[in-house]
Amino acid sequence: MQRTSERIRQMVIKEFIQILRDTRMKAIVFVIPVLQTLVFGFAVTTDVNNVPTAVIDLDKSFESRELIRRFEASGYFNIQVMPGSPAQVQELLDRSTVTVALQINPKFGSDLSRRIPTSIQLLADGTDSNTATVALDYANRIIKKYAQDLAGPSSLSARVDVRQRAWYNPELKSKNYNVPGVIAMVIMLTSLLLTSMAVVREREMGTMEQLMVTPLKPVELILGKTIPFALIAFFDMILITMLGVLLFDIPINGPLLLLPLSTAIYLLSVLGIGLFISTIAKTQQQALMATFLFYMPAVLLSGFMFPIENMPEMFQYATYVNPLRYFLVIIRGIFLKGNGIAILWPPMAALFLLGIGVFALSAFRFRKRLG
Amino acid sequence: MKFLRIKAIAKKELIQIWRDPLSLALAFMMPVLLLLIFGYAISLDVDNLTTIVYDADRSSTSRELIDELTASGYFSIVRFADSQREIDTYLDTGNARVAISIPMDFAKTVRTGGTAQLQIIVDGSDSNTATIALGYLSALTELYSQRIAGERITPLIEPRVRVWYNPELKSRNFIIPGLIAVIMMVIAALLTSLTFAREWERGTMEQLISTPVKPQELILGKLIPYFLIGFIDMALTVLMAVFLFDVPLRGNVFILGIVSGVFLFGALGLGIIISIVAKSQLVASQISMVATFLPSFLLSGFMFAISNMPVPLQIISRIIPARYFIIVLKGIFLKGNPLRILVMDAIFLLIFGAAVFVVANKKLQKKMV
Repeated sequence: MQRTSERIRQMVIKEFIQILRDTRMKAIVFVIPVLQTLVFGFAVTTDVNNVPTAVIDLDKSFESRELIRRFEASGYFNIQVMPGSPAQVQELLDRSTVTVALQINPKFGSDLSRRIPTSIQLLADGTDSNTATVALDYANRIIKKYAQDLAGPSSLSARVDVRQRAWYNPELKSKNYNVPGVIAMVIMLTSLLLTSMAVVREREMGTMEQLMVTPLKPVELILGKTIPFALIAFFDMILITMLGVLLFDIPINGPLLLLPLSTAIYLLSVLGIGLFISTIAKTQQQALMATFLFYMPAVLLSGFMFPIENMPEMFQYATYVNPLRYFLVIIRGIFLKGNGIAILWPPMAALFLLGIGVFALSAFRFRKRLG
Repeated sequence: MKFLRIKAIAKKELIQIWRDPLSLALAFMMPVLLLLIFGYAISLDVDNLTTIVYDADRSSTSRELIDELTASGYFSIVRFADSQREIDTYLDTGNARVAISIPMDFAKTVRTGGTAQLQIIVDGSDSNTATIALGYLSALTELYSQRIAGERITPLIEPRVRVWYNPELKSRNFIIPGLIAVIMMVIAALLTSLTFAREWERGTMEQLISTPVKPQELILGKLIPYFLIGFIDMALTVLMAVFLFDVPLRGNVFILGIVSGVFLFGALGLGIIISIVAKSQLVASQISMVATFLPSFLLSGFMFAISNMPVPLQIISRIIPARYFIIVLKGIFLKGNPLRILVMDAIFLLIFGAAVFVVANKKLQKKMV
């Protein structure tokens, strides 16, 4: 047993020297997680603000100006142009200069001052359906609020008062949702790619034969090949967590200790899949493409950006074999919901079983290919 | 530059590609698979939100309200809770995303003309879904309270809404044209980022250097076969978008083809630069992920509106070719834009392609001596 651990240690050291010999590789291990966290923290927001808007005010009354002011003050709309005629709107929408156009027709003010129901035109570019849906909802609310304010309190008193609260993320910030997810994504991408390509490279260069004539046992070889990447993954996990907490103020509401534990469980599956790819791929090109072929669907079908319950049933079943799915639930539970092991044990157990299965299968295939 | 030498290099590269049928198959499978997943599995439309209801009132009035919410199709009730406590468990475990709690005297308050209170809790960890769900809920309860109040007043201002280019606001129409750009960017980089790195690693680069072939001939020769693969991928994705997913193609297909070619040239060239600089396949693969996948997926306006980003990122997004290609794709697919409107974006892609080619040349020249 002493000898085994010593051999694995030597193999891990060799592996580290090989990976980090290239200074660029050192930088990559550090830069990829930082870059991803920054981009996800800053850029990826599905919050709809500052929608570029055109306003065609054909009325120019007190009422029309008040409505425009309310649109601007809401923060949702950024009025960029005020064309004089409706004809210009077509060009503005065609060129994507604006996403929403608000047209106030003549007589708007005079109708309102005499309390005659009037109308207003809203035009939206539906190309980006998500922004359009949310922006139109905001616009409708602003208009309705204005109409209610004008009509006075008596005529439309809401009889049911809604008390809304959002738990876990009261201000509904996208970054709180995304940054913990980046940990899962970065670990998967780096570990998969490094594992699969490192093994295939050994084979491509013919150095696999050299390793096989050493006293290394297959199990030791597998562990020696995966432990370095697991360590890199842990390093990335800590790096992203620190960035998230220090730079983006992401709360950690749950027990911090669960984070390394669940990462270890997650790595079982990820490294297992990396090994599996390495048993299929003959060249590094194949390994790269196969990794990507697995990685993209895994990210898309994980609930990272798109809710799983919206998917057709068949795809929902497919997500059960996606380790990313479980890890996201766990990691968001720890960060945002403050979940402890009492709540998180089912996804953790599922992830563990999945990991054992995948790793065993890959190790078996790997040994067969060696022999 | 001699055409003969370019042809020879292209032929050599083609033979090498042909010898690796698995990679070739993956190059064609990837766009098809991704489009299938995006087209069928992914939707940004929010419906069937898992909902837990705690009805302390148990009156016909409260049941009516619940029925109304269910009938909308946005909420699917997974459980009628027996106690307020149960709501916590359901939200904590993620078994429900929305909780609606109706107080005991709901019906009585409504009957006597008072203001009844309805408590709604959403799981805010997915902020986008939560925002949209709250929007639905307040609209639905407002309708409901107007109805029971019996006063159906026409609102003073009636918004007349029209949505252009994608009247039904289908997220598929929005995602697929953008996705084509992302897929093409990634595929192009995956294809070429290993070409030179592989030659360096195997030592065959020395052999190429000893031949009379010039850097620009080498680059073009290596680019041409991958350009063909990329173009077939492009055609494949456009065909799938139109015939399988019914995304309208309103503009000129010919312009689409030309701009795609220009974009592809730049994207493949970027992969070649990475390949020349990295010298090792492991490094090249990692750089190409960071340099192509991340920016084209996240900073191109594919899904996340550029106008929402902080200013430094908005500036960075201006040098991302996928941004311009996405404008062209959405313009041609959904808006039916004529060339006049798209010409600036096409010119940028052209400049990008040329710049990439020049840089690749310079880098290779330095390494070859």
